[in-house]
Amino acid sequence: MEEITFRLKGVGVSQGIAIGKAFVVQKGPVSIPYYTLWSDEAIEEECQRFEEAVRLVEEDLFGIKEGLKNDLRQYASLLDAYRLMLRDRLIYDGTLSLIREKQLNALWALSLTLSKAREIFDGQDRFADRFYDIGSVIDRLMRKLSGGQEDIFSLIRERSILVTHDLSPSDAAQLPLEKVMAFVLDIGGKTSHTAIIARSLNIPAVMATEQASKKIQTGDLLIVDGTSGQVIINPSEEDIQHYIELQLRLDTYLRDIAREASLPAVTRDGFRVVVEANIELLEEIVTAKDNGADGIGLFRTEFGFMNRDDLPTEEELYQEYKQLAELMAPGEVIIRTLDVGSDKLSAWFPPLHEPNPALGLRSVRFCLRHPEIMKIQMKAILRTGAIAGNVKMMFPLISGIGEWRAVKKILREAQEELWRFRIPFDENMPIGIMVEVPSAVAIADLLAREVDFFSIGTNDLIQYALAIDRQNEHVAHLFEALHPAILRMLHFVVREGHRAGISVSLCGEMAGEPFYVPILLGLGFDKLSMNPQSIPRVKNLIRRSSKDQCEALVKEVLRKDTAEDIRGLLMETVEKQFPEEYHFFHSGFVV
Amino acid sequence: MDNGDQKVEKEFLVTNRQGIHARVAAQIADLAQRFKSDVWITKGNRRVSAKSILDLLTLACGYGSKVIVSAEGCDAKAAVDALGSLFKKRFGES
Repeated sequence: MEEITFRLKGVGVSQGIAIGKAFVVQKGPVSIPYYTLWSDEAIEEECQRFEEAVRLVEEDLFGIKEGLKNDLRQYASLLDAYRLMLRDRLIYDGTLSLIREKQLNALWALSLTLSKAREIFDGQDRFADRFYDIGSVIDRLMRKLSGGQEDIFSLIRERSILVTHDLSPSDAAQLPLEKVMAFVLDIGGKTSHTAIIARSLNIPAVMATEQASKKIQTGDLLIVDGTSGQVIINPSEEDIQHYIELQLRLDTYLRDIAREASLPAVTRDGFRVVVEANIELLEEIVTAKDNGADGIGLFRTEFGFMNRDDLPTEEELYQEYKQLAELMAPGEVIIRTLDVGSDKLSAWFPPLHEPNPALGLRSVRFCLRHPEIMKIQMKAILRTGAIAGNVKMMFPLISGIGEWRAVKKILREAQEELWRFRIPFDENMPIGIMVEVPSAVAIADLLAREVDFFSIGTNDLIQYALAIDRQNEHVAHLFEALHPAILRMLHFVVREGHRAGISVSLCGEMAGEPFYVPILLGLGFDKLSMNPQSIPRVKNLIRRSSKDQCEALVKEVLRKDTAEDIRGLLMETVEKQFPEEYHFFHSGFVV
Repeated sequence: MDNGDQKVEKEFLVTNRQGIHARVAAQIADLAQRFKSDVWITKGNRRVSAKSILDLLTLACGYGSKVIVSAEGCDAKAAVDALGSLFKKRFGES
């Protein structure tokens, strides 16, 4: 029989292509009967039935946990949490007392328990996902009580593409992952549990298709493209041919790029761009080096301060930074000073309850309020410079010259103290700032005379310049990295930095999106610093570019009126200059 | 007070990035249940039993929350110490 080809579009959350048979799992809601129990015996029987169901679910959870592979240890502990929830007095005692006192049947009683739990967790917006776990435990218990088929996944016999409405973490934990070629879900997104599992196991996944579990049937042949979010059902011979080739070529492409990752990134016309990694933990140095980082362009230091009940000492910080500098030498390490708000340091400081923390006492402002803390960190960083001479110090959120001079005054005091105690430190350590407040952009020419380098933090800069909170779904679509205002700002800062003879880097997420390479090169950035995984692809595109051509592109870009126009021009350029990169990844690119 | 009964309390900071989520609450409840004493966790003006995972979750302790662990009973000090070491090692998370 000839099958009809059709396509579904979702969000690609885990890259890669899979071609295979669908296995559809339908999980409808449990229907709840409403009746009251007429006799003491019936009540006692229903209580026993409930207790038995709890025991069985407990056994199931234990069984799932025992069968888990090591790489899913996190989920094993989630299963422990589920077992405790089952026996929690709110669920266990609560439901039993509804059966006993109100004479409700177990499923009805349990559904009331569920709404009660939901009520308690309501109004805790930030913690909505915490209720999700409770919901999924109760769901499991309801299925057990209603006697329905429950261990659906054990029916997956051969390697298939799993299609379902949604997967809870406990579902995901009991999946025979070795049999799953790809995931296609009706709901979910980039940050959902399943997306994270899929990425960590390198399984392609498409989510938010809305209707996949209704439109696809078990046994349908599917092509899943985890980059573009495209799902093709009953593909034609040509489709299959096309995707098999695409899959092979993508693998080869990424392998070749990875092989060259550790070489320097030099454009065709001989311009070297330093490509560095943003990291937060010492352990991440390994990933950074494996991906070919020339240095650490941003070391976030918040971690060393926050995971403890007391303030770290200079010596503790020094020991941490020292390892970092030694491991990365001769590559440079740029250590950014403490970048947090007072809310995160409530162990030592009373919370301020600021109505608008993004504009509040945070980052360098907080440090200026507590110079003693700032000085401890400054001294630790200065000392680290004496080891291999590869350390630089960077201050976040600088907004004006007066503020910057206040910072430098404290820095001088720190240097003098080290000097007085004859503690060796790097007297010529380069000191730079992050340019991420619009006011700093406007006076970049003035700041450039007083610092050794600029590093532009685009995440905050875009948020402050466009007045957009990216976490706010009502305005998130207005967060445009290619907004003409942003590009003008970048252009101005690079120009003023170079006029003063200092290097200019970009360390926001923008640096890690390979499609932006032509614009960033054309703007003249000396360095790009990004999440380590992006480095091989970015370096590859730099090598295939000519700086001259990129500069011409930027001239044209700066004449455009809207982000939309700029995006169009950029996509055209990428397609022309890097046909392979475009071919494999354009479908997953969102500005 | 009965012979051997103690009353102990100590303040801790939630320092793992995700705060007290289900897996962390499970660790706390599981540990607290091993003690005979009553064990509570207080945040602001709300006090809940540290032995109930759901109660712990309703306390909504995010990253950086300050909480007081308190216990009353024959093994109160041991209970607070044990829970305290869980907080200090960030529940084994980052």
